[in-house]
Amino acid sequence: MQKMMQDRARELLSSGKVDRVLGWIEGDFVYDVTPHVFRENDIDQLIYHSFASQNLSKYLVGETKKDGVIAVFLRPCDSYSFVQLLKEHRFDREKVYAIAIPCLGKVDAEDLRAMGIRGITGVTDGKERIILHTLYGDVEKEKSEVIAERCRKCRGVHAPYFDERLGEELTKEPLTDRFEMVEKLEKMTAEERFAFWQDELSRCIRCNACRNVCPACTCEKCVFDNAASGIENKAPASSFEEQNFHIIRAFHVAGRCTDCGQCSRVCPQGIPLHLLNRKFIKDINSCYGEYRAGADLEEKAPLNRFDVDDCEPGDVVGKGE
Amino acid sequence: MQRIGVFVCWCGSNIAATVDVKAVAEALGKEPGVVYFEDYQYMCSEEGQTKLQNAIRDYKLTGAVVCSCSPRMHEATFRKAAAKAGVNSFMVEIANIREQCSWIHKNKEEATEKAIILGRAAIAKVHLNAPLTAGESPVTKRALVIGGGIAGIQTALDIADAGFEVDIVEKKPTIGGKMSQIDKTFPTLDCAACILTPKMVEVAQNEKIRIFSYSEVDKVQGFVGNFSVSIRRKARFVDEVKCTGCGLCTEKCPQKKVPNEFNLGLDQRRAIYIPFAQAVPKVATIDPDYCTMLKTGKCGVCSKICTAGAIDYKQKDSFIEEKYGAIVVATGFNPIELNKYDEFAYSQSPDVITSLEFERITNAAGPTGGTLLRPSDGEHPKKIVFVQCVGSREDGSGCGKTYCSKICCMYTAKHAMLTREKYPDTEVYVFYIDVRTPGKSFDEFYRRAVEEYGVHYIKGMVGKVIPQGKKLMVRASDLIDRKQLLIDADLVVLAAAIEPDKSARPLATMLTASMDTNDFFTEAHPKLRPVESPTAGIFLSGCCQGPKDIPETVSQASACAAKVIGLLCRDKLTGNPCVAHSDELMCNGCSTCEKVCPYGAITYQDKEFRMPDRTMRTRRVASVNPAVCQGCGACTVACPSGAMDLHGFSNSQIMAEVDAICK
Amino acid sequence: MQVNEEKFEPTIVAFCCNWCSYAGADLSGTNRLQYPANVKIIRVPCSCRVNPMFILRAFQRGADGVILCGCHPGDCHYTTGNYFTRRRMTLLFSMLEFLGIEKERTRLEWVSAAEGAKFAATMNDFVATVTKLGKNRRLEDLRCKK
Repeated sequence: MQKMMQDRARELLSSGKVDRVLGWIEGDFVYDVTPHVFRENDIDQLIYHSFASQNLSKYLVGETKKDGVIAVFLRPCDSYSFVQLLKEHRFDREKVYAIAIPCLGKVDAEDLRAMGIRGITGVTDGKERIILHTLYGDVEKEKSEVIAERCRKCRGVHAPYFDERLGEELTKEPLTDRFEMVEKLEKMTAEERFAFWQDELSRCIRCNACRNVCPACTCEKCVFDNAASGIENKAPASSFEEQNFHIIRAFHVAGRCTDCGQCSRVCPQGIPLHLLNRKFIKDINSCYGEYRAGADLEEKAPLNRFDVDDCEPGDVVGKGE
Repeated sequence: MQRIGVFVCWCGSNIAATVDVKAVAEALGKEPGVVYFEDYQYMCSEEGQTKLQNAIRDYKLTGAVVCSCSPRMHEATFRKAAAKAGVNSFMVEIANIREQCSWIHKNKEEATEKAIILGRAAIAKVHLNAPLTAGESPVTKRALVIGGGIAGIQTALDIADAGFEVDIVEKKPTIGGKMSQIDKTFPTLDCAACILTPKMVEVAQNEKIRIFSYSEVDKVQGFVGNFSVSIRRKARFVDEVKCTGCGLCTEKCPQKKVPNEFNLGLDQRRAIYIPFAQAVPKVATIDPDYCTMLKTGKCGVCSKICTAGAIDYKQKDSFIEEKYGAIVVATGFNPIELNKYDEFAYSQSPDVITSLEFERITNAAGPTGGTLLRPSDGEHPKKIVFVQCVGSREDGSGCGKTYCSKICCMYTAKHAMLTREKYPDTEVYVFYIDVRTPGKSFDEFYRRAVEEYGVHYIKGMVGKVIPQGKKLMVRASDLIDRKQLLIDADLVVLAAAIEPDKSARPLATMLTASMDTNDFFTEAHPKLRPVESPTAGIFLSGCCQGPKDIPETVSQASACAAKVIGLLCRDKLTGNPCVAHSDELMCNGCSTCEKVCPYGAITYQDKEFRMPDRTMRTRRVASVNPAVCQGCGACTVACPSGAMDLHGFSNSQIMAEVDAICK
Repeated sequence: MQVNEEKFEPTIVAFCCNWCSYAGADLSGTNRLQYPANVKIIRVPCSCRVNPMFILRAFQRGADGVILCGCHPGDCHYTTGNYFTRRRMTLLFSMLEFLGIEKERTRLEWVSAAEGAKFAATMNDFVATVTKLGKNRRLEDLRCKK
């Protein structure tokens, strides 16, 4: 796949169809992958393997402000963010050449470390199995054993707004139900839930990584950075923003979140932030009908429309217990 | 820093008996920014207002807080007084310490404490207030009426009578609408044409009114007072100016087999036609779907016989651009399609007809010359069954409507009565769920049908109509006598539900006017503003707003005209300054706010911005039209970045109030 | 009346839309219908003006309960405002509950300009409910584990 992508990128660059290519590049370690804008001279450094986890869509917001056309590789989950951003007019579609690529699920180094797999120097991907080359020898695993939580719950199809498809089209069923944990929490008592979230959120260091990686968080200026908003505050003091940042952030992306799971992936404190988003998605689906952000360019988001006979808060709140 | 004055009103004993007004004034006097405080018996009195004005001058106040009755009572009074003394109206806030404090609490200590907190919240808000000035926009003194039925005609005539120019856009070749197809009108039984056609002529002759028949609204831009509309004039292949309406062409045209829509397909017309004798404008129109010349290029009979030389086979759609101050929607209704009502055999038998078809059959200018004859064999029907509520008042699961179509009870009584009067040997049955006849002389009319004319009213629904030879076997239940009936009818008349015209939905989108789930236009307020759409400058006339009979339509049409005249009389419109505004530097251009705006006040434009690195960048940003925005604030919450805010109720103002209360 | 030092007095913020609920509150005043002084009303043009940030801000600054009142669905002065409010608050309240905040601390009520009695009854009930819950600690404490 990686070879195919490099070849196609080279072709697009040399034909002049695109001026730049947005893809992934390895850092010092194989699992240290970052998004990178390639040109003809460094295109052979483009990589694609189980550690290429970043959602590239968000980078288009900045990249399309420059001159020229940029090609971007979109995994199924990225393609939803791509459409959502397009729907919100966040980038210039004419400056983007979107290439849909398959994805077999990504692996997070943190998860592997927790399993005792350390010193990773390389990776060989298979469809079902993955071989991790380490300083201490190769480790072969069933893919389903090691892939990240967000990928376990991936539904693996592309939103239909790309220019070309590279590689085979995958149809995948989710390995587990994505609302399992939300439901488990809903069944707890308020005290237990509070204890759970206090335990999680108290670890937050307010580094803004979740916000910065989120493809739905692309505001010109975040409300939390805006002095006029009345809630601006950067330092983790005992202030409003500090306590409510995650609630407001989740609310601001409600109906826009594509459940790509990047927020939890980048959290240095390992807070399961995606659960907040999934709670909103679950409520939206059950109250206002199934909705998938980024699936359609025209469909109005659930918070931008209504039915005259919508449910009342009282019909929903408190039903979990 | 503001210089704020605090004025605590006693309201006689209304406030002072439960709230220690002196303590409140003194406590609020200690708040930052408060440079003056006093309490007075009646702040709203002449004397009280003077006190406010004097304090403004003497202490150079920039803002004021009046602790008094509800702002719904006297906010305007105090704001006006302050403005006279040179402080912007919107620098005055009211703390409601009567309705929401002294009147609901008995404990003086508690009430005083609460009054102080409410005062603090108002002071906190005034600190963040900014002077606001209402914007002004000019008014184009011309109205557009969309739809030329009786509603549109009445509205146009009334507006023109007041001296304003009016254009009527009608999609059919003639104005007149549904009323022109009706035979007699209830409850007076005068003939529809006799009362309608003089009005049509009046429209044609009125110098202030222009009729664009065979035309449609193509595009609408702008806002109240300043709409610009593009009107598509469909090619009728006849020069309207040259055509004299002699009608010779409509007799000589060799294409005779065109279903005549004016008679609902009960007879045929030519490919070139004038819908009916009293059409306005009386101009021929060529039907391009049937004209041999237009389809094959071989014929040209009409062009050869037209002495005026009005035929123009090469005519194309043309467009007119015009500016209007107000737009009236009068798009009217249609009976619903009955194809899906197989149980009534509407599609199977020509002798099962709708009530509107019945109107044409009994009309002297209709296909039978006014003699009641069966469409199948031209014989006199001896037994007629009328079925009410066909497609009305359904549960919503089927193809019908959930609402009551309102007019059917009355016109069915009319049909039944007229039939019995003209043909006493005919038996008439009416099946109904309920008979609803509120309205002046309406119930008397219905009772006459039953008591004097001997119409058989049977409570119950018709289950099935089965064509059998020349007869229509009607299977029905009689709910009062609890029995099944089988009637061998000669003619079955279905009172089909009415629905808004299909053109209404796309029109609503163009006008950004809201509609309900049935595609009826919604009014600005169901009780108090029934002829206005929530979108400023858009008015509603007739059945586009809901089912109506003719008297109701006409009164609503006139009411609508009064509202339009009220608007067009003004030279300038002063807006409400408490409107939304977008901070362009923060706006993402994401279009979320636009989607929740009920008024279509938000548009997007690409604007050039100078970036910190001195380059220019084009960004898509929202802009609010203050003339259209009503200030609800829905957009401010939809906006994730906080770029959208509301004057007079800004994020920081409301949060300052929250802080003051929760301190 | 002697204010009992022991008795917990909750701080209640009520957001009322200008056209229906604020007028309803005025009417309960005009009719002298009593409800506790704990309730402080903030006037907003429409219930849809209420940003979730305002509600969280109130809690963070010490409110023990927040109630939002608007026109009945279908009666909104701005036609559609309260429909958006209903969706937003359904999701927000559900999220607060998901985080373990007592669900009784937030409420959305439809009060028309004619429902002075309903306004007073609603406030009496809400104050009683929140008083029973006691001081709001959780939202303040969410981020600091003691």
